[in-house]
Amino acid sequence: MTARPNPKLQATASRLEGLTLPESGAWLRHAREGALARVEAMGLPIRRDEYWRFTDPATLTAPEPTPAAPLSDGEGEPFAGVTPLRLVFVDGRFDAATSDALDLDGLRIERLAEAGALDLHWAQGLYGALETDGQSPVARPLAALNTAFATDGVLIHATAPVERPIHLIYRHEGETSDAMLHHVLKVDEGASLTLLESGPAAARFNSVLEADLAKGARVSHVRTQGRDHHRRTATHIFARVAEASDFRSFTLTFNGVLTRNEIVVRFTGDDAKAHVAGAAVGDGDFHHDDTVFVTHGGEACESRQVFKKVLRNGATGVFQGKILVKPGAQKTDGYQLSQALLLDERSQFLAKPELEIYADDVKCSHGSTAGAIDETALFYLRSRGVPAPEAMDLLTLSFLREALEEIADERLAEDLSARLEAWLARRR
Amino acid sequence: MLDIRNLHVELEEDGKQILKGLDLSVGAGQVHAIMGPNGSGKSTLSYVLAGRDGYSVTEGSAHLGDVDLLALEPEERASAGLFLAFQYPVEIPGVGNMTFLRTALNAQRKARGEEEVSSADFLKLVRQKAQSLRIDAEMLKRPINVGFSGGEKKRNEILQMAVLEPRMCILDETDSGLDVDAMRLVSEGVNALRDAGRAFLVITHYQRLLDHITPDVVHIMANGRIIKTGGPELALEVERNGYADLLAEAQ
Repeated sequence: MTARPNPKLQATASRLEGLTLPESGAWLRHAREGALARVEAMGLPIRRDEYWRFTDPATLTAPEPTPAAPLSDGEGEPFAGVTPLRLVFVDGRFDAATSDALDLDGLRIERLAEAGALDLHWAQGLYGALETDGQSPVARPLAALNTAFATDGVLIHATAPVERPIHLIYRHEGETSDAMLHHVLKVDEGASLTLLESGPAAARFNSVLEADLAKGARVSHVRTQGRDHHRRTATHIFARVAEASDFRSFTLTFNGVLTRNEIVVRFTGDDAKAHVAGAAVGDGDFHHDDTVFVTHGGEACESRQVFKKVLRNGATGVFQGKILVKPGAQKTDGYQLSQALLLDERSQFLAKPELEIYADDVKCSHGSTAGAIDETALFYLRSRGVPAPEAMDLLTLSFLREALEEIADERLAEDLSARLEAWLARRR
Repeated sequence: MLDIRNLHVELEEDGKQILKGLDLSVGAGQVHAIMGPNGSGKSTLSYVLAGRDGYSVTEGSAHLGDVDLLALEPEERASAGLFLAFQYPVEIPGVGNMTFLRTALNAQRKARGEEEVSSADFLKLVRQKAQSLRIDAEMLKRPINVGFSGGEKKRNEILQMAVLEPRMCILDETDSGLDVDAMRLVSEGVNALRDAGRAFLVITHYQRLLDHITPDVVHIMANGRIIKTGGPELALEVERNGYADLLAEAQ
């Protein structure tokens, strides 16, 4: 009797075959080995997995990345208006020559590639820890794969409010580049930090961000994922949100044949807030997946999910969002909104909004819609002299506005809004 | 100014005929009112002139000066000087009133080969016009018509009219949903725009709006046609006796 080959085991074995654990010091090596064991136990995702029903992970788990041409369009860097500390990664490698010095008042930054040799107490308990936490109740094997094999990233420890944002700039140069970056953010009691990310990073990009917020800490995270269309990206954000802390994350995605953004938020104390939001626009074989899991473990916490997608010419959008309210998490205020604007009949939006509530005094709501441009509004604008293409753009931007409003810093919001306008104008 | 000849219009959806040979001519500097019972085709007329989808013109013509309106897109009609004040102004969340108004004004100017208005000049222009309509700055900052009361929405329509300076203004039941004070404000706004180079077509159910905006000519519309034309006294007659006699007379 011969057993039928197990596709999950096969996919996992063939991916792991080509990988070796990066050279690391003892503590990091330990974390990586633990993650590798998790990957082997879980197996990499396949289409048949419930969590990957709407998005085919094959190209994310294949031994080699699918080639993707970098885009060179001369469009300026986002977020320039806030003069951030710039840290540049080219195809997943830190580029010291074009980066600022790793030096900012109120925090300590180390590169993951060098961290193994250092005695970083604060990072030792954290690297891979939030990812491990996030593996239950749903497995996220690509994140464990990242913990095991990430070649670089930044470890940031903020001990005070930090005004100047940190901007991680990802440049994609190689047609077959395959990058894994892993960042860790530890924000102490009362400290705050703004983290920005931009760029497509590589032909294939797997990224993990672990953010640990202590009591009263604040993190604002804003990223854009670049405009290279053929890139393939899987990102994970794991946020542990303690008492009275405040976590914000916003993602703007232009184009991309495959983007899977997972966000896992866990409230561990009372009176905290987490707002996660995203806006995505794409054409044709654009495939964009937001998968969000928010766990309320403390009382009187507020979570908001606002995700909007504009889909054209047969593009596909996916939203899987869950709010889990644990027993005792009374006075929870949970909100979830996922909407798609379908600009033609071939585009599709697949949504799976979920609430799971084990406390009786909570306020939770979710809404998910897919719709076309409002013809009445379009006529109203045109009747005032606004040409149809411009009127369409105004309405498209107005649809996305609610997501952009989740960005607290107006300068950042305006910058991204202008980029969206330019993207739309190019497609008139 | 506005010349409509033998206009026949049906609904695209089911082919139902709404306008059945309508003739109407409004001269420069004039205010014409159209009154008529529900379903007579008044709103259809305004939408067809402004270029809304869903209607097909099977016969006849409509000209603004020497411009063939029916050959143009809605935005081109606007640039040619046509303005429709909506019965139900549309709420558009996420688009600021000011952004919208400036985009519209500059798009029209561009289409006419005129120079665009600078931010500073535009702001000055809008503030001045808004003041006379008692529209406060806060309202201008809000998204188009979102959270506006019925009266605010109609005042906002008149503000757009004042800023865009069309030569032919169609007011589609602008009095609906207005209290007495709001009606006075809106009427004052309209009256302030009356001049020799501009014409108005005021569509209304009731005579009371015409107490404030005195028409030169009143038309009664029924079953897709103008059935009677007269002076302001015709509106008073309708107010007293209703449409029944006029309809019977037209049979």
